[in-house]
This record gives sequence, C-alpha cells and structure tokens, in this order.
Amino acid sequence: MAGKTLYDKLWDDHLVKQRDDGSALIYIDRHLLHEVTSPQAFEGLRLAGRKPWRLDANLATPDHNVPTTDRNLGIDGIVDPVSRIQVETLDNNCDEFGILEFKIKDQRQGIVHVIGPEQGVTLPGMSIVCGDSHTSTHGAFGTLAHGIGTSEVEHVLATQCLVQQKMRNMLVRVDGTLAPGVTGKDVVLAIIGKIGTAGGTGCAIEFGGEAIRELSMEGRMTICNMAIEAGARVGMVAVDDTTINYVRGRPFSPSGESWDRAVEHWRTLHSDADAVFDKVVVLDAADIGPQVTWGTSPEMVTGIDGQVPDPANEADPIKREGIVRALKYMGLTANMPISDIRLDRVFIGSCTNSRIEDLREAAAVVKGRTVSPTLKQAMVVPGSGLVKAQAEQEGLDRIFLEAGLEWRDPGCSMCLAMNADKLGQGEHCASTSNRNFEGRQGFGGRSHLVSPAMAAAAAIAGHFTDVRELIH
Amino acid sequence: MRPLKQHKGIVAPMDRANVDTDLIIPKQFLKSIKRTGFGPNLFDAARYLDEGQPDQDCSERPLNPDFVLNQPRYKNASVLLARRNFGCGSSREHAPWALDDYGFRVIIAPSFADIFYNNCFKNGLLPIVLDEQVVDQLFGECEASEGYELAVDLENKSVVTPSGESFSFEVDDFRRHCLLNGLDDIGVTLENAELIKQYEDARRQSAPWLFH
Ligand code: SF4
Repeated sequence: MAGKTLYDKLWDDHLVKQRDDGSALIYIDRHLLHEVTSPQAFEGLRLAGRKPWRLDANLATPDHNVPTTDRNLGIDGIVDPVSRIQVETLDNNCDEFGILEFKIKDQRQGIVHVIGPEQGVTLPGMSIVCGDSHTSTHGAFGTLAHGIGTSEVEHVLATQCLVQQKMRNMLVRVDGTLAPGVTGKDVVLAIIGKIGTAGGTGCAIEFGGEAIRELSMEGRMTICNMAIEAGARVGMVAVDDTTINYVRGRPFSPSGESWDRAVEHWRTLHSDADAVFDKVVVLDAADIGPQVTWGTSPEMVTGIDGQVPDPANEADPIKREGIVRALKYMGLTANMPISDIRLDRVFIGSCTNSRIEDLREAAAVVKGRTVSPTLKQAMVVPGSGLVKAQAEQEGLDRIFLEAGLEWRDPGCSMCLAMNADKLGQGEHCASTSNRNFEGRQGFGGRSHLVSPAMAAAAAIAGHFTDVRELIH
Repeated sequence: MRPLKQHKGIVAPMDRANVDTDLIIPKQFLKSIKRTGFGPNLFDAARYLDEGQPDQDCSERPLNPDFVLNQPRYKNASVLLARRNFGCGSSREHAPWALDDYGFRVIIAPSFADIFYNNCFKNGLLPIVLDEQVVDQLFGECEASEGYELAVDLENKSVVTPSGESFSFEVDDFRRHCLLNGLDDIGVTLENAELIKQYEDARRQSAPWLFH
C-alpha cells in the first residue's frame, strides 16, 4: 500500500465519523472568528437556543472594518455607523458567549490570519477553520486549514465539527533556488499563472520542493494564503525545523514536557516518500522572476519584463472574452510593457504580505529613497499591533515615513476596502494583497498584485519596475 | 432550511467565466448583520451605473441596460446559467444569500468554486455541474428563445429542456438528502454528540497541548 500524504494524515487524525455516502464528520481544533462572517452565525445559535461546544477552541478579532488611523479612539474611531455596529456586534457576541477576543484597542489585535500564527494559536497538526477563504494561510504550519461560510461557522460553534468530503491530493513542487528579489509572493503568482484560478479546485495542495523548504514561515504563509486563488481551499507545507523554530515560545504554544511531546508528533507531519498524489505540478525556481498581475483575476499575471497580452493570440473564446473585458476594466492596451503601467497608489499590507519579514523587504527597497511625486498615496499597513510594535523597534516606520509612505494601524484596510481606505474610480494600485477582482479595492479601482519588494520599488518609480535593479 | 425537490423556471444566462463573490455581492453590503435583504444588491456593480450603498433604496438608481438581469425577458428568472469557476474568491455566504433573496433557486455551470458550492446547499440553492458543451448548448437555446425554461429534478438528478432533452447531473448523497428534506445539518451532526465527545476525550489525552 502506498504511503500517506500530509493531507491524508491530517484528515485521518481528525476523522470523527466516516459516513457511507462519502461524507465525513471532521473535528475542528481551532476556530477563528471576525466581525464580517460571524454575526448571522451567533444569531443562529441564539435562535436555536444552542451554546458553543468548546469555548477554548475559539479566538476572535475585528479586522475587516477597523480604521487604520487613530486606533486610540477604539470603536469611536469607526466613522461609518454600519461598520461600527458590526464591530460592536462581535464584541457583544464574544462577551455574551464567553469567547476570547482581541478587541480593537488590544495590541494583539490584527488580521485574523496574522495573529493566529503570531500567538501560537495556530499549531502544526491542527484542523483550523474561519469564515474567511484565506484561512488556507495556516496550512503553512502543516495544518488542515480552510475557509468556511457563515452556516458552517455556526455549525462549528455548535458542534466543534464540520461535514466534509475528502478532497484530492495535489502536489505543487518548486525545484531549485529562488533568485534574490524573488519572493514567496512571486512563486505563488507564478503557480496561479500556470495552473489557473480553478487549477486546484477540489484539491488540497501541498507545496513542496527545495524553493519552498528554503522559505521562511512568512514566505510559506504567503504561498498558502493564495492557495484559494488557485481554487484550492487547502494549501499546506510539511513541518520542518523552520516550522518548529517559529512556533517555539509563542504565548499559546506548549512548553516543557508538553512541548517535547508535541514536537515528536509534529515531526511526522510530512508526506511519506511513497505517497501518491492525484495531481503533480512542477515549477523551476530559476524560471520565476518578479510577477505583476495586469487583469482582474490572479491568473492574469506575467513577469515584470513581460507585456499585457493581446486577446487576438488567445484561442479559447471564453478566455479571450475574459481578456478583452479585463483590459477594458483595467484601462490597458494589448502588448504594452508591464513597466509602462503608471500607478496612483501603493498598498503594502493584507494577510498575504503584512508580516515583519514583508515589511523588512519593503523597507530595504525604499531606504534612502523617495516615493514618486506622481503617486497620490503609498501606505504600509502592518498585519497586527505586535507586527507594528516590532517594526517600530527595528526602525522600519522611520524608513517608510522618511521615504514618504504612510505608516498605519493594523487591519485588512485597502485589501478589500471595507473601511475608509479605498481606491478611487480608475486608479491603479500596486497592492501586496491577494485579489485583483473588479471593484475589490474600491468601486472602479484597478489592482495589480505584487510582492512587498515590488510594491516598494513601484512606489519609488511611480510605475512598475524590476526590483532586482534596485537591490544590487 | 427550505427544501428543494423539483424546480422549473426562467433561465438567465450570465455569460462570463470566473464570476467571483465580490462581483456577486460587493463588500459594502457585507456590513449587514442580517441574512436577508441582499437581493436588490445582487451583482450591484454590474447591475447599476452608480456605486451602491447599504440601506439605499435601489428602485431609483440608474440601471445598466447592458446587464443581463436588467433585460425584461429575464425579469423573473430563477435559474442562473453560468460559466466556469462560478463563485470563486471570498467565502462570503452573502453571495448565496443574495442569489436566494433575488429569487434564484438553481445555478448551472461547468464548474464552481468549492466554498461557494458548499455554501449554496446550506441555503436551499442547488448548484448543478454540467459538461461545458452542454452548458454551451443551453446558452445557445436560452438566448435564442424568450421565456426559455428548464425543469430541474433533484430526486432524479436531471435537467430537462423545453424540447424534452434531459441531462443528468451528479450530487453527493448527503447534500442531496439534506436539500430534499430541508434538513438543518447542525441537528444531524448533534445526533453524533456522544461520538464527538469520545473523539474529543481521546484527543485531550493524545494531544493535550491543543486544549487550555
Ligand atoms: S487582509 Fe484581505 S484577504 Fe486577508 S482576511 Fe483581510 S480582507 Fe480578507
């Protein structure tokens, strides 16, 4: 019999009951909550007279609606009354049901996918869910982690379980070593460019190979974060020393004898050498350069030295129609060089790229340089209050401010523009977030997804430019 | 949950691939703490010419005449015909809530994004996967004849065209069972409460670091 994949191991470990019809009851170790997808779930619990099954499995924080300025004002700093009600509702629900919440003024508050790993609330071997598709981020720790809808948020609160169908196993292997200036973000954009936004549908993707092994936890999180943009609800990386060193000593991590026992188990969290995958995709790290999206889907991506495609060269009529529509929305012309795309704003942040390493990479590029006067705004939004504090300790805030970038308070911010940070109609933005859908960052806004280093380089130049030329 | 056994209704063709949940219901409407009332804002950015705000009266807003749902012939559509990878992007359940609130009961596409597909079943909406060629054929028929209807039978797992041509589809038994009977799946899961407790106790022993 063939060995097991990492996904097989995690699945088997959480199986409460296998049903004859192919569905299974899966136990959930950790449930993260935020203000947007939870109110209707709590309301459902209340209406049915149910209580949460296990309080200590839950952690909540407001992130989507919070302002990124004047954090000391707390909830009163939220100008939009509808947003304020949503954050208040989360506070009230957590208080009423007894769920741990890092509230808006807590220094530990931040984007839910940043604070889980930061606190050691995310641990290898767990099953983790959240009413948010980027829950795949936590798979970087060798966890079974995926997004769920609000009905399932309620289901997990009430039963600590989910009804699931097992997915297929997919391996994406990146062989070789990445060139300087090429990051996890470029790797995952290149993967999506290759397999498409539905390439991983129905699959759990394990990311492996030398290039992935050499990445830091931050880089691995960036890659798993965007597994969903490749259609896969689950992205994973096997546990190794990098994982274990990251987890050690965090507030919710085990210690003492419990730590040793945990590590012994975590060391088994990798695919067996003879495991068989349903689908395998291989990329060569040497072929990956800095990536930039030009369209309205993350698969509409090319290298910085590339060009906007010409729909006339696309044979598939549905894809051709998609390119025509995207070019019109984005205000770009076929065959124009990517480096000719001029920018109005730059956004460095989001659960994809707002961790300390991301900020260090961006700061290294802008250090001693000045943001192009042609830009309306360049902003840096750290992923959590603790990331912000650490960055300030390292002096990164000074570097950004001196270069002319804004230094904000933590939250989702312009990633989806539910708070006050948004693009104006027709504005082009170099963004380190994960989605370039129409209107995602503001009505009529035009998003280009890039790495933090590339966003920083674009801020300096005012248009896209190859960051590798700035870091020599 | 409202059960769905059979459904017959007018078909609206949404002729674009990769329709994401941001397009189905833009973020400004996710601020609601309710499950209902999203129908007027379904496809908001494509459907209206201005930028919609929560709690706004949509009856006065300028409609985009080119948008499919604004064409009188699709006015009472309850079956949405779509292209590849429908529902990709965010996990927001507001997307199926908006489709449901608008009046859709069935969505037919060559493929769906996983989370969206799952969310539909939780809300009495039936997503049906048919072959790309079949979907192409349905697009052609639908656009050619006004008032085009499809009849869907979940019990028999079939879609029947006005000319009587029938296509069968796959759906897993548990989801089908819940939708046919309108079952609340939390109740179904809690029938296993003892089993869950046993699993949890064993886990507390084998992995105590996961409990506080
Ligand atoms: S940062 Fe963006 S993608 Fe991440 S959780 Fe917030 S809104 Fe979602």
